Amino acid sequence: MEVPDQRVSAATFEELALPLFEQLHNFAHWLAQDASEAEDLVQETYAKALRAFSGFQLGTNFRAWMFRILRNTFLTSRTGLKSTAVSDDEVETITSTAPNPETVLLERADHEMVRQALTELPVPFREIILLCEVEEMSYEEIAQVLAVPTGTVMSRLYRARKALRALMIEKFKGAPHGV
Amino acid sequence: MACDSWSAKLDAYVDGELSSSESKAVATHLRECTSCAAYALGLVQMKRSIAAAGKRYQPRPEFREKIQKTIGSKRQRGGSWYWKIVAVPAALVLILSAAVNLYVDREKARRERVYSELTDLHVATLASASPVDVISTDRHTVKPWFQGKIPFSFNLPELQGTDFTLVGGRVTYLAQSPGAHLIYRLRQHEISVFIFQDRGDETAALASAPVSRLSFTVEGWKKNGLRYFVVGDVGAQDIESLSKLLRDAG
Repeated sequence: MEVPDQRVSAATFEELALPLFEQLHNFAHWLAQDASEAEDLVQETYAKALRAFSGFQLGTNFRAWMFRILRNTFLTSRTGLKSTAVSDDEVETITSTAPNPETVLLERADHEMVRQALTELPVPFREIILLCEVEEMSYEEIAQVLAVPTGTVMSRLYRARKALRALMIEKFKGAPHGV
Repeated sequence: MACDSWSAKLDAYVDGELSSSESKAVATHLRECTSCAAYALGLVQMKRSIAAAGKRYQPRPEFREKIQKTIGSKRQRGGSWYWKIVAVPAALVLILSAAVNLYVDREKARRERVYSELTDLHVATLASASPVDVISTDRHTVKPWFQGKIPFSFNLPELQGTDFTLVGGRVTYLAQSPGAHLIYRLRQHEISVFIFQDRGDETAALASAPVSRLSFTVEGWKKNGLRYFVVGDVGAQDIESLSKLLRDAG
């Protein structure tokens, strides 16, 4: 059902969009890696979403819609354009060296180490891992945010996890208490 | 190292994205294959670590306010009248109807309690060996008998030309309040008339029309600071005619 009335849509928009504020902000900060840039992203996202809300179909996934706007806003930003300039080869290099998950390693790994590894991940990997693990989105929902087929979500998530593990092992070896 | 044929599925498995039949197949395999089980455990641990580590950035409260204003102001500008005209009265109606329903339910329960007590009084009195303390068909005898026994006075109707006869009266209590209990007879039926002071509490429970409770009919009203209740096993019409006589007299 389309929301026909501007007044109703403004009221509904606030009800739907405000509860997502913290999630969107966290995601924006992870993407941009900068506090003020994250705020700009969130603000722009809300402004864009409010303008486009009359075209939003109620009943479709609002959260995925909002995250998609945020992501597109980021990708067209200066930082976003830079961050996505990662070649496929580069991504391939990261993933090819990835070992299996090592439970001992993950038990010892602290939050800071996980954070650092996440920060260093290329954006396409970082974002898909955050959407899956932090936002607990389904593959279907992630597919809507990233505008890709679900099959791509599966394969990209698989590679992203491998890459994250590789980074973590690297960090763990480099750490003073490493093995 | 996870088996090649399973490793791709294990990610979907820990993400809860497999169909129930696929999930069962993976679960069965994990019970048999230690390397895949270790791999899956590693995935689960990683999921947990990331979920915990990923919730990192908290927005500034001022920024939250700013966003709230940005998207909230639109509604205020465009929709304030809409809220006032539609939403506020709608909310009020909801609150009021809830309050009214609660009140009605409470009043109903309270009335039930009072009526139940009066019916009990009526039955207990009639079952007693001496239902009335003043035996007289004359209202001019019965009325003065109550003087000094109850803290109020009342008028009783002239029954000539009606089917009702006065049997007598006694002092009774309802909710710690003393009152007059009069017994009238109609054909073979006894009807109780209770009169109490209107204290705005328990005795305030009234029904504007006769109410049937079990096989008894009860009617109540308020007049000149007094509460009247008529209880009997006769029909509503008879209760109503006696009530009318009492109302006219009072």
